Amino acid sequence: MSIVNVNRPDSATQEPPFPVARIREDFPALQQKVHGKPLVYLDNAATSQKPASVIDAVTRYYTTDNANIHRGVHALSVRATEAYERARLLVRDFLGAAEAKEIVFVRGATEAINLVAHTFGRSTIGEGDEIVITTMEHHSNIVPWQLLCQQTGAVLRVVPINDSGEVLMDEYAKLLGPKTKLVAVTHVSNSLGTINPVREMIESAHQCGAKVLIDGAQAVPHMKVDVRDLDCDFYAFSGHKVFAPTGIGALYGKAELLEAMPPYEGGGEMIRSVTFESTTYNDIPHKFEAGTPNIAGVVGLGAAVEYLESVGLDRIAAYEYELLTYATEALQAAGGVRLVGTAAHKAAVLSFVLDAVHAHDVGTILDREGIAIRTGHHCTQPVMERFGVPATTRASLAFYNTKEEIDVLVASLCRVVEVFG
Amino acid sequence: MSDLFELYQELILDHNKSPRNRRKLDCPCKSAEGYNPLCGDRVTVFVKVKDGIVEEVTFEGTGCAISTASASLMTQCLKGVKVEEAKQLFEKFHSLVMGDAEKSDEGPELGKLAVFSGVCRFPARVKCATLAWHTVNEALDEEGDKVVSSE
Repeated sequence: MSIVNVNRPDSATQEPPFPVARIREDFPALQQKVHGKPLVYLDNAATSQKPASVIDAVTRYYTTDNANIHRGVHALSVRATEAYERARLLVRDFLGAAEAKEIVFVRGATEAINLVAHTFGRSTIGEGDEIVITTMEHHSNIVPWQLLCQQTGAVLRVVPINDSGEVLMDEYAKLLGPKTKLVAVTHVSNSLGTINPVREMIESAHQCGAKVLIDGAQAVPHMKVDVRDLDCDFYAFSGHKVFAPTGIGALYGKAELLEAMPPYEGGGEMIRSVTFESTTYNDIPHKFEAGTPNIAGVVGLGAAVEYLESVGLDRIAAYEYELLTYATEALQAAGGVRLVGTAAHKAAVLSFVLDAVHAHDVGTILDREGIAIRTGHHCTQPVMERFGVPATTRASLAFYNTKEEIDVLVASLCRVVEVFG
Repeated sequence: MSDLFELYQELILDHNKSPRNRRKLDCPCKSAEGYNPLCGDRVTVFVKVKDGIVEEVTFEGTGCAISTASASLMTQCLKGVKVEEAKQLFEKFHSLVMGDAEKSDEGPELGKLAVFSGVCRFPARVKCATLAWHTVNEALDEEGDKVVSSE
C-alpha cells in the first residue's frame, strides 16, 4: 500500500481521542436541523460540507482581492495572482508532487479525466491499442475512454472484481500486454468503498510500458496520497469532495508527459504568442488553463487543503477506520441488511440493501429522520449489475461524523422495517 | 413521521407487497418500456385495446414501493376504460402527485388513485409515481415498442 497508516491506528502509542466535537463546530452546515431533527450528513461521497475557513476564504477573495490573474499590474490583480498560485503550491504539497507546474486546475475529476483522454489519449493511443479499466469505475472513468476508443479504434478492456468488490489481480495481470497504452483505475470506489492496490497496479502497468491515470476523487478526502510514491502518471480529484467549493479540481501529471501533450482548450492564458499564421503555447500548467479560471474556487481549494493538513490526514484516516468498523458491525447486527462491498481494505463507505425494501424508499424515510444518504446506482451501473441489485443505499462518512450518528442511522433503519412490516 | 404515513398508506404498502397484474400480456398488444435513470427503476407496460376500450393492462419490472404500487393500481384503474378517458386519468393523476389542486377537480374520478395524494409533499418521488403512467401513455400512442423515461 502506498498510504502510511491508512487503516489501522497504532495501538501502542496513546493518541489523544479525535476532537470530533470541536471539528464539527468548523462546519456551519452541520449545525442545522432537517425536518425538525439534527442533520446527520452521510452523503460525503457525493459531496462534502465546507468548513468556515473555506467559505471565509472565498468571501474574502470576492470582498477584497477580486481581479483577473496573470496579466494585470494593479494591486488587486497581483493579490489575486498570488492567491491563485499559492493554492497551486498547496495542492502540490497535498499530493506530494515534485513541482507546482505538474498541477493543472480543472473543474473537477471528470474534466481532469476528459483532459487526459483528449490530449494524451488522442496523441498517443491509436487503432488496436488497449485501455484497461476496472468494473468498479465511476461513469466518469468509463465514458471518456469509450469515446476515445470510438474515435481512435482503440479497445477498452475491463478487469473483473470478486464478490467482496476487490479487483482480481490475476485477471488484471492477464489483461496487461504490449498493446496496453493506458490503465485508468479508481483509487477508492465510490459505491463499494474498496481501496485498490494502485501502487502494485501502477508497477505492473509500467512494466508493460503503459501509463496510469488514478481517479483519486474518493481517496484524497480520506487518506494521505503521495503521487511520487505511487509513481502514477496522472492523478485526478475534485475539490468539492475534499471540503472545497464545487466547480474546481486538479489534475496532477508528470511534467514530461504534460509538456509533450497537445493543448486541451484554446483561448487566452494558454498561449505565448498568437498570429493568424501560427500560435505558440504557454508553458505547463498554463497551457491547459485556457480562459479566466475559477479563481475563487482555487482559493477555496487552497483553504480546504490547509484545513485538512491542520487536522492531519493520518489522524483522519485512523478515526474514519474506527467509524467504519463501528458502522459495519452495527449494520451487520441490525439484521436484514446486506452490505455490498466488503473488501479487506476499505474507506468509510457503506453500501447496502435491505430485504424487501427498495433503496429509494429507505432514502425517503431516512430523510424524514434528518439523515442524508444516497440511494441509486451511484454513477456505477456496471457495479450494480455485477452485484445483481438495481440500486443500493449508501452511507459515506467523513471525519466530522460520529458514532452517535451511526446509532441514529441504525435506529432509523429499524423504523424503515417497521413501516414496511 | 405523519407525512410518511400519508405517503406510505396501507393500500400502497399492500400493492407493493402483492402487485396486481404483474405479468406479460399475450400478443397482440401494445407495449412500452419506462426507465427512471435517477433510481434505475424499469417497467414494461402491456396494453390490449379493442374498439377504443382498454381491455387489459399488465406490467413487468421492479422498483420502489411507490412505483410498484402505482403501476399495480394503474392496471386496475385502466381496465375497461376508453382510451380517451385513460389519457384524462393520466393527466389528473399527474396533477394530483404534482400538487396541482385546481386541475384535479376536472375529468374522470380518481377513485383509489387518490391514495397517492401524499406524493406531492415528496418532490423527489413524483417520478416514481408517474413512471408507469408515462409508459402506458406511450404504449397507447405508439404502434410499436418504445422506451420512455420519466426524467
